[in-house]
Amino acid sequence: MVGAIVELATLPLVEFPFESNYVRSIVYVSLYVSLTAVLLSTLVSLPVAMLVGFAEFPGRRLAIALINTGMGLPSVVVGLAVLFLVSNQGPLGTFDLVFTKEAMIMSQFVLATPVITGVSLAAVTGVDEGVRDASYALGGTRLDVALVTIKEARYGIATGVLAGLGRAISEVGSVLIVGGNIAGADGTAITRTLTTAIQLEARQGRFELALVLGAILLVLVLLVNAVVLRLGGGRI
Amino acid sequence: MHRREFVATLGVGGAVAIAGCGDTDDSGDAEITDETLTLTTTTSTYDTGLVDELTLAFEERFGAEVAVVNEGTGAALDTGRRGDADVVMVHARSLEDEFIREGYGVNRRDLMFNDFVVVGPDDDPAGIDGTSDVTEAFRSIADFESVFVSRGDSSGTHAKERELWEVAGLEPGGEWYREAGSGMGQVLVQTDQSDGYTLADRGSFLSMRSQLSIGIRVEGPIQDGPELLANPYGIVAVNPAVHDNVAYDLALAYIGFLTSQAGQDVIESYTVDGEQLFFPRALSAEPNFEQYVPEDWMREEG
Repeated sequence: MVGAIVELATLPLVEFPFESNYVRSIVYVSLYVSLTAVLLSTLVSLPVAMLVGFAEFPGRRLAIALINTGMGLPSVVVGLAVLFLVSNQGPLGTFDLVFTKEAMIMSQFVLATPVITGVSLAAVTGVDEGVRDASYALGGTRLDVALVTIKEARYGIATGVLAGLGRAISEVGSVLIVGGNIAGADGTAITRTLTTAIQLEARQGRFELALVLGAILLVLVLLVNAVVLRLGGGRI
Repeated sequence: MHRREFVATLGVGGAVAIAGCGDTDDSGDAEITDETLTLTTTTSTYDTGLVDELTLAFEERFGAEVAVVNEGTGAALDTGRRGDADVVMVHARSLEDEFIREGYGVNRRDLMFNDFVVVGPDDDPAGIDGTSDVTEAFRSIADFESVFVSRGDSSGTHAKERELWEVAGLEPGGEWYREAGSGMGQVLVQTDQSDGYTLADRGSFLSMRSQLSIGIRVEGPIQDGPELLANPYGIVAVNPAVHDNVAYDLALAYIGFLTSQAGQDVIESYTVDGEQLFFPRALSAEPNFEQYVPEDWMREEG
């Protein structure tokens, strides 16, 4: 899917003032990092949303407060924290993660997870209690009930995932710090994303190119939204 | 095979010949072709495109990849201090010396130089056009309270700017003095937009000149300006004794290549719009010992 979107986004509709391979690799890095981060975030967020939404446990209100706070985490602070974590001096230093896509995925994961969890939490707690009662009554296990709830709340959850993706792909502060905005000498992006490329071009005063990259970013976000809408049967 | 032998020779030879210290256990059978070298360098070498050119030539010859992280000189040295880069290419001798003194850097080499220029608007409100005394020009800018955009980001250019204010005996402040906290390109754009003055490296200015309406008001030594505006670049390997994760062999191969005839030729022949931006400095009939160590090292030791 990443490949298909990259192809779509870099169709030669306009005469680019730069190597199309440069843009293609930047788009690829952006999508690879953000989609991976959002996928991982979703896998963590849904169980957490279900747990916090329906289980009774001490500290539940604190958990909700933490999730809500996390939705507003400043990305540069997350970038700094992840940098200290993965730096060769840091606790994960042995894994050589600094200035890699993996480090960028980590920071975007931290940024997207609270957003997806928060919105999903609102969606699943909004599901009519009757639905859960009915599925329990029909002999469903806890997992069955959870799945029914998720199915009922799927549009709200999809909104959460999209919001998380928006947060991840449009984010520049943390990926710049932990990724280093690296492109190979042949112009192939290694840890350069659309946002960090825009920052770089603007810094060099090449505003036209920055604008083109910005337009590609917007089109991409639109495309991903369209795909999700399509999967959701146009009912969101 | 041929390539590996050459590299191994270069690695060992470099370590012994360059500084006579810092050899590593495994440099005899160094396998560097699959490794990635992380270079951190300043925005001035990156934004002008020179680093890409050097890196291409290096990758072609050695088959090793180079990942370039570009930051201001201060930040680049900090990245080296953390061991997150293998080699550092910067332009602020005092900060480089500090880096080496603290034990983080070894095998420093002079690489190349260009110069700084003072740029400003054509109507020149501070009246500094063509002056050869840069401290006088700075005083004039302060007297007329003309807008001055400072990098304000601990870069090499920022360090030079602060040095110039100090030499001029001034502590800049007030509304006319603006710290941008961003890279050279951004600062040039900002200076242009606010009809102000700034200190720029000639390379960055030339590579952006076509988009700017400001021009050079005070020339650097390349155009017979004051020596105070010289802008020498050095390259330093991160000490493998402090950070055992660094790719030291590769760092030395890179330093060796850049300071070789081939590397220096790349620097010499690199032009933007027909203008040479950097001048090679590594090849010398009589190498200066102080390029490898902090400048007053001898005096301190003796």
